[in-house]
Amino acid sequence: MYTLRLIVKNSLRHKLRTSLTILGLVVAIFAFGLLQTVIDAWYAGAEGASNTTLVTRNKTSLVFPLPLSYEARIRAVPGVTGVGYANWFQGTYKDPKNFFAQFAISGESYLEIYPDYLLPPDQRAAFLRDRKGALVGRKLADQFGFKVGDVIPLKGTIYPGDWELVVRGIFDGRQSTTNTATLFLHWDYVNESLKKTLPRRANQIGVYVVRIDEPENAAAISAAIDKEFSNSLAETLTETEKAFQLGFVSMSEAIVMAIRVVSFVVIVIIAAVMANTMAMSARERLGEYATLKALGFGPGFLTAMILGESLLLSLFGAALGIVILFPFAAFLGSVMGTMFPVFEVTRLTVLQQILAALAIGLVAAIAPTLRAARVNIVEGLRSIG
Amino acid sequence: MKIPLFYVARNLWARRLTTALTAAGLALVVFVFATVLMLDEGLRNTLVTTGEYDNVVLIRRSADTEVQSSVERGQASIVSSHPSIALGADGQPLLSRETVVLISLNKRGSAKPSNVIIRGIGARGLALRPQVKLTAGRMFRPGASEIIAGASIARRFSGAGIGETLRFGQREWTVVGLFDAGNSGFDSEVWGDADQLMPAFRRVAYSAVVLRLADTSLFDGFKKDIEGDQRLTLDAKREQTFYADQSKALSTFISVLGLILSVIFSIGAMIGATITMYASVANRVGEIGTLRALGFQRRSILAAFLAESMLLAVVGGVLGLGCASLMRFISFSTTNFQSFSELAFGFRLTADIVVKTLVFSLAMGFIGGVLPALRAARMKIVDALRAA
Repeated sequence: MYTLRLIVKNSLRHKLRTSLTILGLVVAIFAFGLLQTVIDAWYAGAEGASNTTLVTRNKTSLVFPLPLSYEARIRAVPGVTGVGYANWFQGTYKDPKNFFAQFAISGESYLEIYPDYLLPPDQRAAFLRDRKGALVGRKLADQFGFKVGDVIPLKGTIYPGDWELVVRGIFDGRQSTTNTATLFLHWDYVNESLKKTLPRRANQIGVYVVRIDEPENAAAISAAIDKEFSNSLAETLTETEKAFQLGFVSMSEAIVMAIRVVSFVVIVIIAAVMANTMAMSARERLGEYATLKALGFGPGFLTAMILGESLLLSLFGAALGIVILFPFAAFLGSVMGTMFPVFEVTRLTVLQQILAALAIGLVAAIAPTLRAARVNIVEGLRSIG
Repeated sequence: MKIPLFYVARNLWARRLTTALTAAGLALVVFVFATVLMLDEGLRNTLVTTGEYDNVVLIRRSADTEVQSSVERGQASIVSSHPSIALGADGQPLLSRETVVLISLNKRGSAKPSNVIIRGIGARGLALRPQVKLTAGRMFRPGASEIIAGASIARRFSGAGIGETLRFGQREWTVVGLFDAGNSGFDSEVWGDADQLMPAFRRVAYSAVVLRLADTSLFDGFKKDIEGDQRLTLDAKREQTFYADQSKALSTFISVLGLILSVIFSIGAMIGATITMYASVANRVGEIGTLRALGFQRRSILAAFLAESMLLAVVGGVLGLGCASLMRFISFSTTNFQSFSELAFGFRLTADIVVKTLVFSLAMGFIGGVLPALRAARMKIVDALRAA
């Protein structure tokens, strides 16, 4: 108890330096948590993916389509319980800066595969009835203020022309990690228009989404689907939705790696600053350490005192850093809008922050502890602080 | 009376461990700051050198990339008869009808798939890009299933080396040559004969038309003619602008991320400098009193401590810049968000970046040192001498 009081008193002796050190720690722990959250957001699509859903795409590359006629053949593969399909639409809403994901989907068969999209039954029915209807995710609706009945004009980039869609429903996510920054429209609507304007590009599918009975069968069913179309004009590649999403992430792996490295560099820098502070305190107090030793306190006591002070500062700073991370992440998530559909601080991130703070506290205490333990009583008493 | 600089330098040397730790912290910040600038510069340089100023790219209206675009054969013919187009030595217009598709190839070693651009070029495609040089093997023969690969593709993707084969479009394609495009975006592409690639991918339309103007001043008129022509639904862009636009999202992302990181880091580093300088002041209270008693003025003390802090920052800055300059030997590759394809680029150090980085580190030193220096300068002679 006395030791603890001594530690607190010691750390308050040099108030300015202590508060600067804590400020540094707050910044470091906060930055570390923020970067971790960005990385998590990157992987969020893959984390939320179901393992009973397969995605079938053109083997050459995602930009090549598959024929509509594959639907029936995929449905016939044993183990397949549902097939839907979607095309990446990529229309521009007013300004290219308003980028958000848009998919032209196969209607009911697609929605059935994704039970994580929660939609009132009447809105669902209204969407399915209206060929020009659209479904909008909650996050997207919040960002642009879309309401049921609104008309959304989109300018096609892949599918030329102006498209006017009527919002028929707004869906929520079952989990907090469900992506609700998406717009869905009817594939039929797109296809009908293509038949008139670009008949060559009609009846083509971007990806098939396939629901299967058991997750264990994913590999076998994927192989069966790909075998069905091998040596055809459009060979397929089927993988679980998770693998499919991770494929997207791995494309920008270099950037994720860079962020990861940087988040550790932050920790190293602040450990250096912290070690510096502790070294200075120890140097100033060499006389005191000698006095304590002369009074009969052992090296263990000195270690506890220095380590205690170091840990007290680092944990206090970390606590503040964690506390301010939450509102800031929420703010940043709303500013970035649809760029990162999910932007949340995870429990693991907080745990990592605490561990990082402990590590900093320990590392910073090493050099001063050694110094204090080694100090010669006579020399220490002679030195002036 | 000014305090000599060697006194300042000796003070830093007297507390070597603290100086080294603080300088290392500053160096890391400077390193991150400089590498981000270098990366952005490398990206910009890659995309600007990809395009020739006098070349014009025509793609379908409202398409953002060549991959999304399609140009019908008839439209391409209409364009090719425009009088503003430069003529080659053979009297034919310098124009290449190109087809651009993305295929996914596996990386060497990790076997991770990534999208790579396959560009089918016309007979004059090479003449339009003077920066592209064959470095090994030979050019593909028109009419054969042969391709040539960009330098960074050949290095990083399996099957793309010389003599190896790639399979796509239900055919085997032999890599007969490698080209070096001077670190431009073409280094991340595979080129073949447009007339072979189109049937292989069952395309009936081109993706883009690239042409050289006879004179650079003709661009505005040419653009007006093309975009005003009822028979065409094409947009004309200077090739350089076109490629710069392709990377806008990636470039913005890199600079915003870099800015945020630099701000966060520099706060940490400035705190480090401040702590160090406060300690330096506290350790030398008596010394400061003596200096004042000897007749040195407050502003000289202020200047001395500021100089000490800035010297510390310069040490850190030079150290960080030195490490950053080693990054020039590393190549960075990532997927370009806009074109959705792999793009390799390097870190590029320019004089501008060196200046910016040094100014940045000096600013950190100044901000970190100003409060401790003020404290030192404000001390009363009597108090300071008594404290010693």
